[in-house]
Amino acid sequence: MLKIGVPSKGRLMEKTFDWFGARGVAMARTGNEREYSGAVEGVGGVELVLLSAGEIPRELAAGRIHLGVTGSDLVRDKLAGWQNQVSEWARLGFGHADLVIAVPAAWIDVDTLDDLDAAAAAFRARHGFRLRIATKYHRLVRDHLTRNGVADYALVDSQGATEGTVKNLTAEAIADITSTGETLRANHLKILSDGPIHQSQATLYAAHNAEWGGPERSALAGLAASLGLPLPVF
Amino acid sequence: MTDRAAIRLEAERLFAAFLSAGAVPVETDILQPAEVLLDLYGEDIRARAYVTADPLMGEMMLRPDFTVPVVQAHMADGAEPARYAYMGEVFRRQESLDARAREYLQVGFEVFDRAAPEADAEVFALISDTLADLNLRPATGDIGILMAAVRGLSTSERRKAALLRHIWRPKRFRALLDRFAGRAPQAAARASLLERLASDAAPALIVQAGPLVGLRSAEDIAERAAALLEDAKTPPIAATEAALIYDLLTLQAPANAALAHLRGIAPMLPAIEPAISAFAARLDALKARGVDVEHLPFEASHGRTTLEYYDGFVFSLLAGDPHLPPVASGGRYDALTAVLGQGRSIPAVGGIVRPELVARLRGGA
Repeated sequence: MLKIGVPSKGRLMEKTFDWFGARGVAMARTGNEREYSGAVEGVGGVELVLLSAGEIPRELAAGRIHLGVTGSDLVRDKLAGWQNQVSEWARLGFGHADLVIAVPAAWIDVDTLDDLDAAAAAFRARHGFRLRIATKYHRLVRDHLTRNGVADYALVDSQGATEGTVKNLTAEAIADITSTGETLRANHLKILSDGPIHQSQATLYAAHNAEWGGPERSALAGLAASLGLPLPVF
Repeated sequence: MTDRAAIRLEAERLFAAFLSAGAVPVETDILQPAEVLLDLYGEDIRARAYVTADPLMGEMMLRPDFTVPVVQAHMADGAEPARYAYMGEVFRRQESLDARAREYLQVGFEVFDRAAPEADAEVFALISDTLADLNLRPATGDIGILMAAVRGLSTSERRKAALLRHIWRPKRFRALLDRFAGRAPQAAARASLLERLASDAAPALIVQAGPLVGLRSAEDIAERAAALLEDAKTPPIAATEAALIYDLLTLQAPANAALAHLRGIAPMLPAIEPAISAFAARLDALKARGVDVEHLPFEASHGRTTLEYYDGFVFSLLAGDPHLPPVASGGRYDALTAVLGQGRSIPAVGGIVRPELVARLRGGA
């Protein structure tokens, strides 16, 4: 049986169902409203697994699901060397969000990563500790800052309400997902001008480590035909 | 995979060689407080070390190297001069399955001695003699020369500090140098930033920009704004001086020839003379220990991409296979002892050997 992991609630689930539905693959939750089980119609041999979007990267990596829909930000952040563990099969064109670095709008001297690096050096010299950046995207943010030669910063973990950490003095800057920038502005933050760390969208992935036996391969071929996609490259 | 018993045997042999060279054996904890390492190396160490949590001590790291705990132990209660040897596992986090070892033995030798050139030569000669039968290719360098050259530039202290801060990040260093030397055009973002900063006094601009949140104060911001405006007025580093730094970045020659070349450029950049004398004294000391300095490869940029603490002599001993990490490596880290010594410091140099690679090369596997 080919298992496909799909976000278990919210807009991401609905949009995923819509995307597959528009391509002749009907997905639906079954049972009562609180029960996380689902069904797939229109293509044989496929089982729907409803999961938290945040757990889908891990389940893909472990090969417990063959396919999964989740944000590309989560896959790139949670999986070390993600290209070796999953293949991007299709970008679904919704769930768009940018992972950005934001600093207080009143920092008139900081516009780019270059400025952030210089500000971090001065901040450390004056305050005795590294400039703190609050985020939950540790791998993506650290890789980005290392690649761009930013030093004298420290990442502090923030799993929610990240925009508030600056005001609460637990961080000097943040790195977080934003779609409109509205929450950032409301918290008196601005986005650095040299581009987002990652432009995320909902993406359909195929797991390298899942068991791809005959039944799974033929279900995959059936699904590919319905979706009008070439087979994923492993 | 070379078997672990054979690796352990190589490690013990190396360790014994270091002890008979006069080193005192030292042991360090495997669990190290993360704070010290993070403070020294920054966030990058988090990507390279295993971090774990102790319910009472907070964040801990599995020892990513021995240098820091050995320096700490020496600064706490060591007499000088001192020679130490150690043997044990270090742990390096890897981001891919086929990457380098996550856990491997290191055997090291560290010298805390104020006679720096002799100590450099002692460490290099001891380690290369111990591995002489493997015909490893040596690579050497001296970060101190590049640092002295940067300090000697006739430009603002701020620019020199910025260059020194990024000396271990070659790409970034190069970008800064290109900008300070007027070789790279000013980025559009920087130009518009400067225009804005010049339009009004900083405190007024800060107020206009919105409510100030966070610990970084209006004074911090105004200070950097002033620094940016000042830097915009700073003339580019003179082409002749910049050319000397570019020359140093690419200098690669046998040690004796490199020394002659450096002596040739010293009159144009007198600030590097002490570093060149130290280089010359080191070559004499190496020669006295039987090292062939006529053919010893030297690269002024060698060792700039390692963890950032080497600030003088650096070396590696490499196997023929370019995919293997260095069989041995080391260098001088005087500044690190000052950071960890809380006001005290002592010149220090050391090196490590990876017995796993030695066993593999000896076993012919």
